[in-house]
Amino acid sequence: MTIDCDIHPSIPNLAALLPYLDEHWREIVKLRGMDEFNSISYPARSPLTARPDWRPEKGKPAATLEQIRGECLDPFGTDLAICNCLHGIQLLFSEDLAAAFARAVNTLVAKELLDKEPRLRASIVVPIQNVGLAVEEIERWAGDPRFVQVLLLASGDHPLGKRIYWPIYAAAARHRLTIGIHAGSSYHNPPTAAGWPTYYTEDYTAQAQAFQTQLSSLICEGVFNQYPDLIVVLLESGWTWLPAHLWRLTKYWRGLRMEIPWVDRSPFDIVRSNVRLSLQPTDGPPDSADLERVIEHLKSDALLLFSTDYPHWQFDGRDALPSGLPASLKRKIMVDNPRATYARLVEPVA
Amino acid sequence: MTQHVVAPVAEVPPGSHKLYTVKGRPIAVFKVDGEYFGMLDRCPHQGGSLCAGVVSGVLVSGKPGTYRLERNGELVRCPWHGWEFDIRTGQSYCDPAKIRGKSYPMSVASGAAVSEGPYVAETVPVRVEQDYIVVEM
Amino acid sequence: MSQTELTRSQPVNAATKMAIADCDIHHSPREFSMLYKYLEPQWRDHLDQFGQRARQGNYSGPQYPKSQPDASRRDAWPPGGGRPGSNLDFMRTHHLDPHNIELGVLAMIRPHPGGFQNLDLSAALCRAINDWQVTEWTQPEPRLKASIVVPYEDAPASVREIERWAGHPDMVQVLLLSRTVEPLGNRRYWPIYEAAGLPVGVHAFGYGGQPTSSTGWGSFYIEDMVGHSQSCQSMVSSMVVEGIFERFPALRVVLIEAGFAWMASLAWRLDRNWRRLRAETPHLKRLPSEYIKSHIWLTTQPMEEPDPSEHLRDVIEWIGWDRLLFATDYPHWDYDSPQTAMPLRLTQEQREAFFIGNARDVYTPGWRS
Repeated sequence: MTIDCDIHPSIPNLAALLPYLDEHWREIVKLRGMDEFNSISYPARSPLTARPDWRPEKGKPAATLEQIRGECLDPFGTDLAICNCLHGIQLLFSEDLAAAFARAVNTLVAKELLDKEPRLRASIVVPIQNVGLAVEEIERWAGDPRFVQVLLLASGDHPLGKRIYWPIYAAAARHRLTIGIHAGSSYHNPPTAAGWPTYYTEDYTAQAQAFQTQLSSLICEGVFNQYPDLIVVLLESGWTWLPAHLWRLTKYWRGLRMEIPWVDRSPFDIVRSNVRLSLQPTDGPPDSADLERVIEHLKSDALLLFSTDYPHWQFDGRDALPSGLPASLKRKIMVDNPRATYARLVEPVA
Repeated sequence: MTQHVVAPVAEVPPGSHKLYTVKGRPIAVFKVDGEYFGMLDRCPHQGGSLCAGVVSGVLVSGKPGTYRLERNGELVRCPWHGWEFDIRTGQSYCDPAKIRGKSYPMSVASGAAVSEGPYVAETVPVRVEQDYIVVEM
Repeated sequence: MSQTELTRSQPVNAATKMAIADCDIHHSPREFSMLYKYLEPQWRDHLDQFGQRARQGNYSGPQYPKSQPDASRRDAWPPGGGRPGSNLDFMRTHHLDPHNIELGVLAMIRPHPGGFQNLDLSAALCRAINDWQVTEWTQPEPRLKASIVVPYEDAPASVREIERWAGHPDMVQVLLLSRTVEPLGNRRYWPIYEAAGLPVGVHAFGYGGQPTSSTGWGSFYIEDMVGHSQSCQSMVSSMVVEGIFERFPALRVVLIEAGFAWMASLAWRLDRNWRRLRAETPHLKRLPSEYIKSHIWLTTQPMEEPDPSEHLRDVIEWIGWDRLLFATDYPHWDYDSPQTAMPLRLTQEQREAFFIGNARDVYTPGWRS
């Protein structure tokens, strides 16, 4: 059995969303001559955005069910795959526009993917620009067990631990949805603490730092004290940064605990109970023996969740599992950990 | 184990702490609520002098955004990294099961008792009319 | 148990103590106004009236209040008064002598004027600080060497300041801060790298005017402190990907007070991303990790503390025993003790490299001959 926790169907184009928008929004799209909401996080022709053999001659990668089945589900023997749609909803500045398009994206995903392919599950895209509207969107889909997670981006207006976002976590916890934080940014803040970098290579590399920031924020603000059953999944984070980050956070926590007295467990313990990470990309060392050392540094075999990150180009052929993983861990990563993470994944779908 | 005379009780008034050397070892003596407590004057983390730290309470929280100061006067914060130790037990607050300062049992004995022995008073002149802080080590 | 065992903090017998280098010591004037005698009168008046105007909201103290007074060890306040780090005699008896520090590298960050909004003030105060630190610190105490603070947001002015000190034996590096207006690989900073000659030290902190993270401002001091590692990771990406080590092959960069364990994963990530995206950066001729291994050193403090501590050995082996420079950060509160911060059993060769050899290689080249 294989559970793929991070795949990325593309919205073919803006026109594809029009049927799922209210009439007035359809008219506004037309009147204003709106462009596609394509984020610079994944430039269309960048080698990372789509693997060469997954890049169609025309149109976007992963834009049709045929592509998704033939390139991703069938070759990897995938039983279940979670769709994380990276359409640039979070980049918009208008809360209402973001809400309208988030709803359209989710409707498209439900009708054109989930209804037609029983192996697919999805994350709910939310208009994070307005927490109330984000909660409304969660509630809209909460009754549909095929939605298993709420999708947020690694960089936004504020660190995700801040209390303004807690209604989202309350809604997720209420409905046993996980919170998926995926690489990407609203670009409402510069991608680094020293402003905008010159190259895309830097921007994509900086995603790992954004995850570190978010993990610190979620832990320090006490999100897991308030919502002890909430699981946060870090998607496409690179993950090998985790041990060093936790060493540093734990060291400072021991001295600065008084600033955040609700944090009454070490960050390592909190991660073990509440945080998971998808496998691809694995920013690993060149030598697979060293990768085993990194995995030992995680001090838990429950943290990693299998992912292909389809159609992003993270590996070639079917080598989604980096070499160096012990067999027992493979089974955990492929099946057991995803099943333990996504409460809704094991529920029957009518 | 021997009982060592540390100092006359008057040297460590309530709420204060002071550094002594007993058997060549630096011992921080704290007075909390009428009782004396002794700790090796070396933080188990990196060796900061606990006696140079500040005595405070422990900040606890029922939930994020709430703060409560408890047991004020019973915790010492290392002067370097701010790690907190329970003066009564030596236990660290951040990882009580694994990290603790070394504590020594302290008591008070009268000058008369101290004069009789079997106490060891290395450098402390003992007078019968005074009470003394005594450490077992 | 590992690093928390009591035995770890047993002090080494002073008689057997090896000479060490401390690559991050913080000095400061007892009062800010004591710098005035090194400053033109125009700027004294300006400072009195308008203050320093760094790119942050408070004019005294940080917006994330520190955890201890003056962010310092509570036992580092000079008995005669003044801020921690402001009294040379006390620094000698409290720090340099007992730890047998043979080479102490001063990093002036209290303040480092490089991030001031007014570039003329930034340049003037950098000049004054450099004159002050040579006159009052390195001249009277030969164990101490200083870092040239430069108005780094104004590269031509920085170059002038670097040239003013060219060849001065007390100045061992050029000092920048890490949170800058643009990422430090950006070409606006290249004249500094071209002129430096000395190693370029980048100390964590600073106010570049940007939020402290790609997702805005955290709530807490602990997030700010932990976040310096993220800031410095992006900074390393910028330096490598912009190709400054290709353009300035003699450039040596020292990252100060950002920890170091994160460097292994960052180098792997950069290599991986560059292999995929190299069409974007044809100016790079080698893997990012190769530039890092030959051009970047890291001071050790605040040293990460894995449990078990043997995990630290893995990380140091990945980064390289030759890349780390021991530092205490005296007198600051997150100080690392020369006796107890390193929890691993080291070979003589590792010990020598870690505590002094690497620092000599970086700061006093030619010492082996």
